[in-house]
Amino acid sequence: MNLRLQTPLATAVAIAFGFIILASLLIPDLMDVRNQILNWAILLAAIALFLGFANLFQVHLQKLRNKEKSAYSSILIVAMLVTFAITLWEGSQGVTAAWIFNNIQLPIETSLMAVLAISLTIAAAQILQQRKDLMSLVFIGTVFILILSSGPLFGIELPVFTRTIGPIVNNFLSVGALRGLLIGVSLGTLASGLRILLGSDRPYGG
Amino acid sequence: MNLSALQWIGLCLLLILFFTFWGRNNSKRALRSIPAFRQLRRTIELSVEDGSRLQISLGRGGILGPEAATAFAGLTLLRQVADIAADSDQPPIATTGDGAIMLLAQDTLRNSYKRLGIADQYHFRLAQTTGLTPFSYAAGALPRILDREVSATALAGSFGEEAGLLTSATQLSGGFSLGGSENLTSQAILFASADQPLIGEEIFATGAYMGSGPTHQASLHAQDVLRWVAILLFIVTALLPLFGGLR
Repeated sequence: MNLRLQTPLATAVAIAFGFIILASLLIPDLMDVRNQILNWAILLAAIALFLGFANLFQVHLQKLRNKEKSAYSSILIVAMLVTFAITLWEGSQGVTAAWIFNNIQLPIETSLMAVLAISLTIAAAQILQQRKDLMSLVFIGTVFILILSSGPLFGIELPVFTRTIGPIVNNFLSVGALRGLLIGVSLGTLASGLRILLGSDRPYGG
Repeated sequence: MNLSALQWIGLCLLLILFFTFWGRNNSKRALRSIPAFRQLRRTIELSVEDGSRLQISLGRGGILGPEAATAFAGLTLLRQVADIAADSDQPPIATTGDGAIMLLAQDTLRNSYKRLGIADQYHFRLAQTTGLTPFSYAAGALPRILDREVSATALAGSFGEEAGLLTSATQLSGGFSLGGSENLTSQAILFASADQPLIGEEIFATGAYMGSGPTHQASLHAQDVLRWVAILLFIVTALLPLFGGLR
């Protein structure tokens, strides 16, 4: 069966529910309706999460059939099925599910975090090779200041960094920049939401 | 001096409508140049010519929070890229860490294929979930980025620290990487590691710069005006107590 969202209907539903949510900010009587709609949305998101899981399974199953890197896909499918079955049997708070999370998933993700630390250090060191502009110089300069002001390095503390320049960068410059970026992101989010309400931006139906 | 959330929404709505209608009669209003989009357009053209593939990473943000806006910007980019390159030898692929975004990405691609009259060539593997936690998503997306057929990766969506792994993989494969996210940590990482980072609200300009229609351009102009309104309000709010004290 080919499930596909019909664009005009989907647009009407999106706009209608968007306006109800927006109106509930003005009309307190609509609060219950808003909570109900949000509960539906949470339920749908949970179903979508399961569909994401099913998609992952389907992709690797097909890889296995096509014999593309089938060893990795078979390990993934077996691990996925075993974990899913255990979690279904014991519940998400079960001992075995927690053991799998703490002893398999967490160490793997931590090791990826370690790889990330190395790759980011290399990327920061190479930034001036990639982009020779003022902003890259500011970025590198700020990184150096923050490293030197983070505490004593090899037992040597540089008070000019730890007590003067570091706090200025941390407490004033970075906070100001952070707020500026957040305001920009908020305005962008607001405009995106309104485009969907106007029906001019339809992430559903392509 | 303060504007409530609803006043901001109302002002933004009015500005979008104004610029949409004004823009119809005034096509000369230019957008400032953003090198990332210029280079992305060039990369799309090159990938169609040399038969290589583009990979769009839509991140792991869902559709319920503010991170949905960046995922929608990513979907806009996906639609534009698919409309250009779907009928090439190596059509673009999309990866995501969220089920709902995966469904929307599949729908976006399916409609692009339909518009191009090649609906029979669409396959569900063109948009896939590669993992449901941040690092499992990145780990699942890495083989697709490192694929020799992939010449460019665009990260447009909600990312965290894992964005660094994706851009590092692109560097390793010698491809072009563009990255934008609403998350500030991710923006810092993308600034250091992506070929072309999108900083701040630039990610939301994707539709306007990739030719998605007049409303996208209108909303970009509305954002510019609102930014100036915010700046003026800050200045006035900062100066008001000073003048109050003089009285």
